[in-house]
Amino acid sequence: MTQKTILNDTHRALGAKMVDFGGWDMPINYGSQIEEHHAVRRDAGMFDVSHMTVVDLRGARTREFLRRLLANSVDKLKAPGKALYSCMLDERGGVIDDLIVYFLGDDFFRVVVNAATREKDLAWIQTQAKAFDVAVSERPELAMIAVQGPNARAKVFGLLSPETRAKAEKVGKFAAVEGDGLFIARTGYTGEDGFEIVVPEAQAVELWNRLKDAGVAPAGLGARDTLRLEAGMNLYGQDMDESVTPWEANLGWTVALDEGRDFIGRGALEKQKAAGDHRVMVGLVMDEKGVLRHGQRVVTPSGDGEILSGSFSPTLGKSIAFARVPAGSSGTLQADIRGKLVPVRVVKYPFVRDGKAIDGI
Amino acid sequence: MQEIPGDLKFMKSHEWARVEDKGTVTVGISDHAQGLLGDLVYVELPSVGDTVKAGNAVAVVESVKAASDVYAPVSGEIVAINEALPDKPETINEDAYGDGWLFVIKPDNLAEEQEELLGPDDYAELIENEDD
Repeated sequence: MTQKTILNDTHRALGAKMVDFGGWDMPINYGSQIEEHHAVRRDAGMFDVSHMTVVDLRGARTREFLRRLLANSVDKLKAPGKALYSCMLDERGGVIDDLIVYFLGDDFFRVVVNAATREKDLAWIQTQAKAFDVAVSERPELAMIAVQGPNARAKVFGLLSPETRAKAEKVGKFAAVEGDGLFIARTGYTGEDGFEIVVPEAQAVELWNRLKDAGVAPAGLGARDTLRLEAGMNLYGQDMDESVTPWEANLGWTVALDEGRDFIGRGALEKQKAAGDHRVMVGLVMDEKGVLRHGQRVVTPSGDGEILSGSFSPTLGKSIAFARVPAGSSGTLQADIRGKLVPVRVVKYPFVRDGKAIDGI
Repeated sequence: MQEIPGDLKFMKSHEWARVEDKGTVTVGISDHAQGLLGDLVYVELPSVGDTVKAGNAVAVVESVKAASDVYAPVSGEIVAINEALPDKPETINEDAYGDGWLFVIKPDNLAEEQEELLGPDDYAELIENEDD
C-alpha cells in the first residue's frame, strides 16, 4: 500500500508529478526539476520530507546505547540541540542506514532515518536498545519540510514569532532549536544553507503555504537528488547498503575509532582498514555529452568498477557520478555507456559548493 | 498536456510521425513521452543520409532521469535532422509536436508501413490506459 504524507493533496494541487518512492507517493517535480534545482542553488526551495522517519530515544542510558549503536561518536555532541551524521552498522561493518542524531537532553536523543529502510531500522534499533532500557518511539504524527538555499533561512525567519526567530537566527550549522511548535534544524541534503523543520502534521500544510507565499519554491525529489549529488552526499540504497562498509562508501570521516568504544561493526572495520585493499568510492565528471547512470560499468587499469549515483548536474551542465572502483584508481577512467566506452575524470568532490563549481571540476 | 494534433500518426513507443505534403515524414516524441522523461538534457540524432528501418532505434533522447531510444516509424533515408536540438534539448519539453521535431525520413514504403501506426484517437486511448 502506498503511503501519503499530510502534504499529498497540496502537491497534487500544485500540479506535481507523483511517483512511488520507497512505498510513499511523493512529488518528483512540479514541472521542471532543473528549474527547481536552480531555485535552491540561487534563492530558496522547499521539499516535503515527511516520509522520513523520526524516532525518539529516551532513557538514562541513551547516550551509552548510542555509543554502541553508531559508528560515529555521540560524545562529540556536548551542547543540547547539536546534531551528528552517522552510519548504523551491522556486525560485518555493513551499512544498515545513515542517519542524523540530535542531542536534546541527558536522557533524550532524536534520530532521523531514511523512509525506505524504516522497518529494518526500527527493528534493529529496538533489538539493540533492550539491553540499555532505552524507550524507542517513532513519531509518525510529525511532518518535515526542508527549506534550502542561500535565502532559505531569511525566508523562514520572517514566519517565526520574535522569540523563536531570535533562537533560529543564532543556531549554528548542524544544530537545532525549538519554538512555535517547530523543531528547526540547520541541516540539509542540498549543499546549501537552510533548515529542516519538523512540524506537527496539523500545522504542516499551513507552514508549507506560508513558505510558498514567502517566495520559497516547491521542489521535488528529482531536484533533491541532483542537489545532493552535486554536494557530494551519499544516497542510501544507491551508494551504500549492507554489502558495503563506510570505508568503501567514502564515509570514513563519519567513523570514530575512539579509544575503548565497542560500537557494532568496529571489529570488521578495523580488520578491513588494516588490510587496506578495499574498493573506494570516487567522484567522476564526464566532459562528453551523455549521462552517467546507476549500474554502468567503469573500466579501470586494475579492474572494473561501477557507477553508483549518476546524473546530469544542472549547475555544471554535464554529467557527474559516484563510482565504486578498485583501490588506487585515479586520473582518467572509462564508463561503459550502452556499449560505448567514454572517458571520465576522477575528481575530488563535492562537485558544487555555495552554488558554484569547485575548482578542477 | 498539449493537445494531440489530428494529422499525426504514432508508435506505441511514443514516437509521432507527420506525413508532409511533399511525401517526407517528420518524426518526434510525443508530449506524453517528454512528460514521462522530464527535463531533457541530451539528444543524439542520426546523420543525414543514414538508411533507417521501421522499428529500429535511430536516435536517443536523454533526460535527467533516463535515456530512451527513439525508433523509426517508417523505413527510408534520413534527409534532415533538427540541428538546433543538441544545444537546446529542452525544446522537446516545450514543444514536442512542433520545434521539438527530431528528424525527417524520405520513406521507401510509406503506404504499407503507415498502416502499422496508430491514429491520434487510438494513441490518446493508449496513454490514458497507461496512466491507470
